[in-house]
Amino acid sequence: MFRLLVIWFVVSFGFGILLVEPLNEIRLGGYKLGFWFAQQGSIFVFIALIFYFAAAMTRFEREYQEETER
Amino acid sequence: MSLTLLTYLVVGSTFAVYIGIAIATRASSTKDFYVADGGVHPIANGMATAADWMSAASFISMAGLIALSYNGYGGSVFLMGWTGGYVLLALLIAPYLRKYGKYTVPDFIGERYYSDTARVVAVICLVLCSVTYVIGQMKGVGVAFSRFLETDYETGLGIGMFIVFFYAVLGGMKGITYTQIAQYCVLITAYTIPAIFISLQLTGNPLPQLGLGSTLTGTDVYLLDKLDLILLDLGFQEYTTTLRGSTLNMVAFTASLMIGTAGLPHVIIRFFTVPSVAAARRSAGWALVFIAVLYTTAPALAAMARLNIVDTMQQSDGQALFIEDKPGWFENWEQTGLLKVEDLNGDGRIEYTSDPKTNELTKLDNDILVLANPEIANLPNWVIALVAAGGLAAALSTAAGLLLAISSAISHDLLKSTYMPSISDKAELRASRIAMAVAVLGAGYLGLNPPGFAAGTVALAFGLAASSLFPALLMGIFARRVNREGAVAGMLAGISVTLLYVFQHKGIMFIPDTGFLGAMSPNWFFGIEPNAFGVVGALVNFTVAFTVSRLTSPPPPAVNELLDFLHEPCDVAP
Repeated sequence: MFRLLVIWFVVSFGFGILLVEPLNEIRLGGYKLGFWFAQQGSIFVFIALIFYFAAAMTRFEREYQEETER
Repeated sequence: MSLTLLTYLVVGSTFAVYIGIAIATRASSTKDFYVADGGVHPIANGMATAADWMSAASFISMAGLIALSYNGYGGSVFLMGWTGGYVLLALLIAPYLRKYGKYTVPDFIGERYYSDTARVVAVICLVLCSVTYVIGQMKGVGVAFSRFLETDYETGLGIGMFIVFFYAVLGGMKGITYTQIAQYCVLITAYTIPAIFISLQLTGNPLPQLGLGSTLTGTDVYLLDKLDLILLDLGFQEYTTTLRGSTLNMVAFTASLMIGTAGLPHVIIRFFTVPSVAAARRSAGWALVFIAVLYTTAPALAAMARLNIVDTMQQSDGQALFIEDKPGWFENWEQTGLLKVEDLNGDGRIEYTSDPKTNELTKLDNDILVLANPEIANLPNWVIALVAAGGLAAALSTAAGLLLAISSAISHDLLKSTYMPSISDKAELRASRIAMAVAVLGAGYLGLNPPGFAAGTVALAFGLAASSLFPALLMGIFARRVNREGAVAGMLAGISVTLLYVFQHKGIMFIPDTGFLGAMSPNWFFGIEPNAFGVVGALVNFTVAFTVSRLTSPPPPAVNELLDFLHEPCDVAP
C-alpha cells in the first residue's frame, strides 16, 4: 500500500507540479509532458492504482483464508 | 421546435424518470433509508457516487475555471485534486469504514473515540461542511432553471426543491442511489456530446482527450501551441505553463482538495451501501472511472472553447471583431449579464486583451464556457436542451446526497445514538424523514436568501472537511494511541484555524469589511490562498491530536479490539 501511495504522490505532486518544467521539455504529440500529467495522465494512473489495490487485497485475503482454514 | 419548448420537453422527461424511480424504490426500514440495505452492486454504486460527487461546480463551472480564471495549467489543481482524493479514499478510508459496518461517519468517530462529545463534534463539522456545500447546489438549480426555462429564479428553485424533496424523503438512500444512476447517465451524455462535436470541428478527432494533443484540421500546428501563441499575442500568459500563485500554493491547493474529497461525508456514506469490503474497494475504482470520463474531457473542452472564443474575437486580417459582426450567442448571453462588451475607444471593434484598460470584452463569466459552448460551436438546439438537463442533474444529485448525510447525522447520531437511545426503528425512520424534509426546506431558504459567501462555498466545504473529518478518520483507523481528548481537540483546532484564515481574508461569515488583522498582506501564510488552506488546517489537526493524546491517558482496550477487527483480513465471498 505504501508503494502505491508513493506512485500516487509522484504522478500528481511530482510530475504534475514539482517537476513540471523539465518534463515540459519532452513532447507527447501536441502535449507538453508535464502538462499532460497534470491534466490527463495523473487521473489515468489514479484509476489503475485503485484497481490494482483492490485486486491485490482480494488475492491477499484469499491466501490468508486458505491458510487459516488449513 | 423552439428551444424553450424543447428544453421543457427534455428536462420534463428526465424529471419524470427521477420521480418514477423514487416511487419504485421506497425505503421501508432505517437500513434502507441510510444505506440502501447494503445491497448495491459496486459498479452501480460507482456510478451513483460519481453523480453524487460531480456537482454543479464540476459540470457548469470547472471547465470555465480552468480555461479563464486559472489560465490552463493552473486549473490542474482541480483536476488532480478532485480525482486524487479517491486514491486516498479507496486505500485508506472506505474499506475500513465499510468493514466497521454502521451507517454514518459520526457513528464511527463516536465509537472509536468512545465519546459522545467526539460524536457531537463530528456532527457539527459534518453539518457545517455539508450545508456550505448544499447552498451552492441550490443556487445552481435556480440559475439553470431561470436561464434555460425562462422562469424566475425563485420558481426554478421551488421546482428543484420539490423534486429533491419527493425522492429523497420518500426513498432515502435507496431512492437516491437509483436516481443518481439515472442522473449520471443524463449528465455525462450532456457533457460529452458537445465536447465530441467541438473536438471533431477543430481537430478531426472525435475523442476530446486525444483531440487536445492533436493538430488543428488542415494544418500541422498543434492545438495547444496555437493557443499558447495567440494568448501571448493578446498579452495573456502561456496557457500550458502558467502557475496558479506559486508552486507551493498549487501543491497546497491540490492537497486540500484531495484530502477534502476523502473526508466528505456524503461521499464516504456511499461506500456503506455495497455488500462487502472488497466491493467497497472496487466500487471506488469504478466511481473514479465514471468521474474521469468528465474530468479528462473538461480540460480538452476548456482549451478548445478558449481557442474558439479567441478566434471569434479576431478577424482573419488579425484585427479585432467589429461590433456589428458579433455572433448571435453574444447577444443571448449579454442579456443574462454573464457577458459584457464595451467599446471603450469607440472604433467599432471589440478588442480582447489582458490589459483591463484596453480590454473591451469587459465581462466573460466562467460559467459561460460550458453553458454557451453548444451555441459557440453552432450545435443544434437539442444539444442545448440536453446541457440544461445535465446541469440540473448534476446539481440535484449532489444536493440529495448532501441532504441525506445531514439528515442521517441528525436523526441517527444525535437522536438515536446520543439523546434518545430507546427510540424504535420505525420512529427513527420517521425522524429521519422529518429531518430530511427540514433539511430540504432549510437548503431552499438559504438558496433563496444566499448569504454573501455563497460564491466561495464549494471550495470552503473542502477546506472544512479536509481540516476536521479526514484527520479524525485517518487517525481513528491507523493510530491506536490517539484518544478521545486528542481527537476532539484536533478536530476543533483544525476547523477553527481553517475558518479563521478564510474569515481573515474574506470577512467574518463573509460579511465584507469585518476582516480582522486587516493590515496583513493577502495570502500572508507563505502565499497560500484561503481556498488552499485546508491542508494546513489538517496538519494542525494532526499535530494537536498527537500532542494532546501523548499528554493524556491511552484509549481503553475496547478500542484496540475495534482496530484489530478493522485490520483483520476479511472473508472472501465464495
